[in-house]
Amino acid sequence: MKNLGPILTVLTVIVALWYGAAVWLNAAWVYDQAARAGIEVSFGQMVADTMAQERPVLPPPHQVLEEVRKGVFDSAVTSKRSLVYHGWVTLVSTFWGFVLGTGLGILMAVGIVQSKTLDAGMMPWAVISQTVPVVAIAPMIVVLSNAFGLGEMLGVENRLVSKMIIAAYLSYFPVLVGMIKGLRSPDAMQLDLLQTYGASAAQAFVKLRLPASVPYLFASLKVGIAASLVGAIVGELPTGAIEGLGARMLIGSQFGSPIMVWAALVAAAVLAGALILIVRTLETVVVRRMGVRE
Amino acid sequence: MILWGAVIFWLLGWGVNILLARSRWSETRAVRIAIPLLFGAAILVLWEGVVRGLAVPGVILPAPSVIWAAIAGNPGLLGQDFVQTILKGGLGGYLMGVVAAILVAVLVDRVPFLRRGLLPVGNFVAALPIVGIAPIMVMWFGFDWHSKAAVVVVMVFFPVLVNMIAGLAATDRMQQDLVATWGASHWQALWKLRLPAAMPFLFNGLKIATTLALIGAIVAENFGSPTQGVGFRISTAVGRLDLPLVWAEIAVAALAGSVFYALVTALERVVTFWHPSQRGR
Repeated sequence: MKNLGPILTVLTVIVALWYGAAVWLNAAWVYDQAARAGIEVSFGQMVADTMAQERPVLPPPHQVLEEVRKGVFDSAVTSKRSLVYHGWVTLVSTFWGFVLGTGLGILMAVGIVQSKTLDAGMMPWAVISQTVPVVAIAPMIVVLSNAFGLGEMLGVENRLVSKMIIAAYLSYFPVLVGMIKGLRSPDAMQLDLLQTYGASAAQAFVKLRLPASVPYLFASLKVGIAASLVGAIVGELPTGAIEGLGARMLIGSQFGSPIMVWAALVAAAVLAGALILIVRTLETVVVRRMGVRE
Repeated sequence: MILWGAVIFWLLGWGVNILLARSRWSETRAVRIAIPLLFGAAILVLWEGVVRGLAVPGVILPAPSVIWAAIAGNPGLLGQDFVQTILKGGLGGYLMGVVAAILVAVLVDRVPFLRRGLLPVGNFVAALPIVGIAPIMVMWFGFDWHSKAAVVVVMVFFPVLVNMIAGLAATDRMQQDLVATWGASHWQALWKLRLPAAMPFLFNGLKIATTLALIGAIVAENFGSPTQGVGFRISTAVGRLDLPLVWAEIAVAALAGSVFYALVTALERVVTFWHPSQRGR
C-alpha cells in the first residue's frame, strides 16, 4: 500500500476543493437574500450559511453524506424513500443485464473465433453497434418490450426487461472484444503441441483456448459490469421509471433538489465500487483455483 | 410471399458470404468490405420482409423503407438536431474534455507523487456512472447545449486522463537514459520521446471517449433541453408514436457515431503509423 499516502492526499485535496467550490458557488444566493432583506452578512456568516442551504447550487460533502445516511438508515428498506430500495432496483437490472450481456458476448466471441464468415461479417457490425448511442434507442426498447409483452412472458415487470436489454447492450461489447482476444491468445506452438497429442478441434478449444481466455475475460468483466450499471441507470431515465437510482436523479432534478441528485450519485458510485470489488474478488478466487501462482 | 422472399435472400446472402470468406480472395480489400456490407444488406431485407410479410404494425417496428422516407422527408429537422446534439453538445464537449485531460496528464506527469495518487482515483472515477451528473449540469448551465457539453467534458475527461498518464509512463528506462545522454531537457524529452510513445494509449482513450461523448450529449437532453436535439426529438416522437421519425433519428445518431469513430481511427493510423498494431496490415 505504498500508494496510500498519495491517494489520501489527492482525496483530501478533492474534498477541500469541493468545500471551496461550495462556498464560492452558493455565496451568490446568500448575498442575494441578504440584499433583499436589507442586511449585511459578514464573511463568516456567509460561509456558515453556504454549508446548510436547502437548495444549494453545489451541496457541500457533509450535506450529501447526511442525505445518504438518511436515505440508508432512517427509512425501512422497503420504503420508497430508502436509497437501499432504489439501489436494489437498479442492482437487479444491472445484474440481469450483465448476465445477459456477458452470455451474449461470450457466445458471439466463440462464434467469431470459430467461423471465418462470422468474423468477417459480424465483427464490423458489432463495432458499429457500439457507436450507436444506446440511449437513443432506450425509449424504443421500452416501447418494443411493452408492445411484445416480454415482461409477462418471463414473469417480470416490463420495465425491468427494457433496462436489462439496455444494460446488456452496453456490457456485451467489452466481453466480446476481451473474449476474442483471449480465445486467440494461445500461440501456434501451443496449438501445434495439442495437435501432436491428437486433440480434436473441440478438445483444443475446451482444454486450451477456454482456460487461456479466462484472464482476458475477467479484465473485460470489470469494464462490463461498470457499463452495465450505466445502462441500468440510463434505462431508468426515459422509461418513466419511478424507482431506481436513475429515476431518483430525474425526480431530484425535476423537483429542483440538488441534494437528492447528489445522494443518488453517491449511492451509484458506491454500488459501482462494490460491483467491481466483487468481480475482482471472484477473479482472485478463480485464478487461484486454476493454479496460477503470482 | 414477401416474407419467404426475404428469408431466401437472407440465406443466399449468408451462402455467398461463406463462399467469399472461404475463397482465395478472402484477404483482398474489396471482399473484406463486401462481406459486412452483404451481411448488413441481408438483415435490412429480412427486416423489411418480416415487417411486410407478417404485417407488423408501424407503431411497433417500421420497415426500413418507411424509415428512409422519414429521413428523406425531414432533412432540415434532422440536420438541426444533428448540429444541436452531435456537433455542439457532443463534439464541443469532447474537444474541451480531451484537451483538458491531456494538459492535466502532462502536468501530473511532472510530479510523481501526484501521479501515484491520481491514477488509482482516476481509474475508479472512470468506472463510475458519470452520466448521473447530467441533472446537476443542466441545473448549472441551463437547458441549451452548454450543459450537454459540460456533461461530455466530465465523461470523457477521466478515461482520456487515465490512458494518457499510463501512456506517458510507457517509455522504458533505456530510452529515457538515451535521450538524457543527448542532453535533452524535460520538455524536449517529453516532446520528442514520451508524447509520441503515449499516442497509442491516448488513442485507446479517445476511442472509448467517442462513444461516451454521444451518450452523454443525448442523455443530458432527458433532463431538459431546448425544443431541438436528438434526445429531445426521440423522446417526444416516441410519445406521439411517430416511430419512423424515431428510427430516423437513431439512424442519424448511429451514422454520426460511426463516422466519429472512423475519423478517430483514421487519425490514429496517421499518428501512430510506427506502432506494430498499425504496421501489420
